[in-house]
Amino acid sequence: MVELALPKNSKVGTGKAHPKPEGAQKVKTFNVYRWSPDDTENPRIDTYYVDLDTCGPMILDGLIKIKNEIDPTLTFRRSCREGICGSCAMNINGTNTLACTKGMDEVDGDINIYPLPHQPVVKDLVPDLTNFYAQYASIKPWMQTQTPPPPDRERLQSKEDREKLDGLYECILCACCSTSCPSYWWNSDRFLGPAILLQAYRWIADSRDEFTGERLDNLEDPFRLYRCHTIMNCANTCPKGLNPAKAIAEIKKLMVERRG
Amino acid sequence: MANVERPLSPHLQIYKPQITMVTSITHRITGVALGAGTLLLTWWLIAVAAGPEAYSTVNAFLTSWFGRLVMFGFSWALFYHLCNGIRHLFWDAGKGFELPTMRKTGMLAIVMSVVLTLLTWVVAYGIGG
Repeated sequence: MVELALPKNSKVGTGKAHPKPEGAQKVKTFNVYRWSPDDTENPRIDTYYVDLDTCGPMILDGLIKIKNEIDPTLTFRRSCREGICGSCAMNINGTNTLACTKGMDEVDGDINIYPLPHQPVVKDLVPDLTNFYAQYASIKPWMQTQTPPPPDRERLQSKEDREKLDGLYECILCACCSTSCPSYWWNSDRFLGPAILLQAYRWIADSRDEFTGERLDNLEDPFRLYRCHTIMNCANTCPKGLNPAKAIAEIKKLMVERRG
Repeated sequence: MANVERPLSPHLQIYKPQITMVTSITHRITGVALGAGTLLLTWWLIAVAAGPEAYSTVNAFLTSWFGRLVMFGFSWALFYHLCNGIRHLFWDAGKGFELPTMRKTGMLAIVMSVVLTLLTWVVAYGIGG
């Protein structure tokens, strides 16, 4: 449902500013969303100052430095630090991206960091993505077949058929796109959102999969698929440069084609 | 995990507006405005059928400065919805999804809607005054 304003318990207040590092020449200001389940306070924005001369170049480096040296209570997800695990997805200066692949020099002025938008917050920058993963499971993201596999080798695919998966298989399920989508904000209980629909198309487009009809049946629904209104926030924000809106359009086309 | 009431992370409040997002919400808003505009058109049609007295009432409103302002907004909403609707037709055919194309067609829809609206009013004033 469309609710433009935040609920009462989610309104963001001002937090505290941590002291500036002494004698630092180049300082970057981080304004970071904080919320802890351990007290009853509303979310707030805390300010940290990072000495760039003793810090790595990426925004994730800044966050790790804050956690190590200034405030160990700051909580965020991170793992691979090279844009392949999708853990450090967050909202940085208004758009969703991976903190590990976004350079501090790409941001003019202060760096403002929020968790992925319109999600329940577990703590600080950690959103609860339970619904997102359940939706992923609902599209059966694995190869489904009826015919037995060849006895002596894998199921092969022509070069051309393999190329149909380019721009799809690279998705790392970081949830940047889905949580950037206003349609997903208002209807995430029923609309699958860009990431999951791109993944659904990845299996529909796979020449080896034999359940295309069933997959389309599952998506033939006013909400699951058709809440996409081509707002394009998904493709604009994808840190891997993919285009979920295009994949969704391809699914819609297949729906029309099979009606004949 | 303790049973806590989790806050909802900020969304519209913090998300950076982008051209594709703006053209999309404007399409929705102009669509709703056209619904209201159609009521205006219906009012006018009923007045035409009802006779000269009713017609002159409607005409007085529509030719007042406020009426003209409403009609100007109505005509722009119509042209914007038309121009952006053409983008939707291309998207339904799976075309025009590349980001640079998206931005260009979005700007084009905005510019064309303004040009067509102004052109219509220039011509209308030229003919009717």
